[in-house]
Amino acid sequence: MSIDTDVDHDTVPPANKGLLAIAGVLLALPLVALAWVGSYARKDPELWGFPFFIWYQFLWVFLCSALTFTAYKLVLRARPHRPMPGHRDAETRRRDDEEAGR
Amino acid sequence: MTALAPAVTDSSVNGVALTVLILLFALVTGMGFWATRWRKADSMESLDEWGLGGRRFGTWVTWFLLGGDLYTAYTFVAVPAAMFATGAVAGFFAVPYTIVLYPIIFIFMARLWSVSHRHGYVTPADFVRGRYGSRGLSLAVAVTGILATMPYIALQLVGIQAVLEVAGIGGESVLARDLPLFIAFALLAAYTYSSGLRAPAVIAFVKDALIYLVIIVAVIYLPTKFGGWDAIFGAAEKKMAAPNAIDGKPNGAFIPSQQQFVAYATLAFGSALALFMYPHSITATLSSSSRNTIRRNASILPAYSFVLGLLALLGWVAIAAGTKPIGLDGKPNAQLVIPQLFEDSFPSWFAGVAFAAVAIGALVPAAIMSIAAANTFTRNIYKEWLKPDATHAQEAKVGKLVSLLVKAFALVFVLTLDKQNAINFQLLGGIWILQTLPAIVFGLYTRWFHRWALLAGWAAGMAYGTYAAWGVANPRSKVAHFGGSLDPIPVLGDLGYIAMTAFVINLVVAVVLTLVLTAMKVDAGRDETIRGDYFADAGDPRVEKNLAMDAHLTTGTP
Repeated sequence: MSIDTDVDHDTVPPANKGLLAIAGVLLALPLVALAWVGSYARKDPELWGFPFFIWYQFLWVFLCSALTFTAYKLVLRARPHRPMPGHRDAETRRRDDEEAGR
Repeated sequence: MTALAPAVTDSSVNGVALTVLILLFALVTGMGFWATRWRKADSMESLDEWGLGGRRFGTWVTWFLLGGDLYTAYTFVAVPAAMFATGAVAGFFAVPYTIVLYPIIFIFMARLWSVSHRHGYVTPADFVRGRYGSRGLSLAVAVTGILATMPYIALQLVGIQAVLEVAGIGGESVLARDLPLFIAFALLAAYTYSSGLRAPAVIAFVKDALIYLVIIVAVIYLPTKFGGWDAIFGAAEKKMAAPNAIDGKPNGAFIPSQQQFVAYATLAFGSALALFMYPHSITATLSSSSRNTIRRNASILPAYSFVLGLLALLGWVAIAAGTKPIGLDGKPNAQLVIPQLFEDSFPSWFAGVAFAAVAIGALVPAAIMSIAAANTFTRNIYKEWLKPDATHAQEAKVGKLVSLLVKAFALVFVLTLDKQNAINFQLLGGIWILQTLPAIVFGLYTRWFHRWALLAGWAAGMAYGTYAAWGVANPRSKVAHFGGSLDPIPVLGDLGYIAMTAFVINLVVAVVLTLVLTAMKVDAGRDETIRGDYFADAGDPRVEKNLAMDAHLTTGTP
């Protein structure tokens, strides 16, 4: 295993900004859709006897779930985990000393 | 048990339902005590083990735990009750609330998980302390968390009470009314004390299974009984449009009118932003085993939102069914509408299962809330201010004791005061807890905000929110104060959720004062975190507590 002691961990790990932006849009869609109450506060069209107001919001439960899952996959790819092996900051050293002294 | 019930006038004891309820309750009690052996730790003598279940819960356990934690018994009682009494604005907002919740937490909870594991934070106040180097701001966050959680625990008892009252237990005698509640909470306290977060995690499986079963049966079976969904929505529309006997205005909203759009949206967003500021939500999140567990959960937790939406509709089913929620004191009480609907429409044994679902639904959140409040007290008040050199074992001991105290307090609160007090304080708690968001969530992204500006913003939001909520009168329920969570928004004039207005005031104060304090070069405090901490995952140094399990870590340390 390579020990990347020369990586500065006081930085944000590199990421594909484009993918992150797409994920951001996917996450924002349900927020915008549901905040815009005027777009769905009505009775028609009904579906199986359910007013539009009701079934439209139920529909967003599923849409939101799918969008969040897609965003999850995108975010994983956009910013792969940057491991921190060998990274010892002051806090780690203090704890190690504490352990050793015990 | 039945012998304890006094002479009841308008409702008899439902023996079969009560027996089923007691049997299921006994089952989860046994599971609660057994939980201490589940995924057994070498030692329970630390807050990590007792208060966070060893931080080892995977995706599915976290799903059950968070579902059991967030969708509380009180929610199950109060949301349909609101639908029944005043309709969509006060009730159905719970659906958009629990939808927008998940994209919001998807965005920031992974960061909180990472930095908390890198630095061993157990509570949000721990993070605030480390990020801003400010004991004052951390104390404000901790105290707000405890204050907001206490009435929430008390409301879980109100949920159990509603079920017991419909089952016929209650009335005049103090013994009959309070003893079952007392026994239930004593058992809960005992297994929370011994098993910590493992107890609600195990019980959550039963709770969620029962809830799903009851709701699905109810939404399939009940509409066929009461003329189908067409008839149900028709009855609801008619009731909501009818003038109220007290003020002559319509009873409520079938579908929000244009004047109610802002109220509906601010209720949904304000509640969604607030929910994950509660210590109990954060406790359940931090107990997960990796950074991505919470993100995966953000896409599967909406299953509960769907069920909550169906449950809300049961409030309207009760309108079509002509349910009369009358308490044992003979007065109408909308809170009883769901248990009453179940008792009227289901065979006794299934009503018992439904009652058990609500009562057990109270135990999981009550346990996690008391653990979270105990963690907060122990870490941010006891260790921070009273005994800085406390060992892990002492922390765990204090945490366990405080979890007992918190529950005892909730019990006394519910048994001695009018339960309207618990509801008032819970309403205030939602407003208060949202005021900790800037320090916690913005802190996960930036150190731009000055610690004292955040504290001042918090104070301004708390003060405005409390004052505004105090001023809301509700002639229909004959209260002059704390009559609801909506108030005209200054400048705009529309009704809006008070918590959101207070939040905006909080933000404005925080931004303005940050500019001033930064210009004056007032000490901003030391930040003990580094940027990489916010992206750390299981396996990174210090993130995995169980070093023995992670041999590769030791090779990484020079």
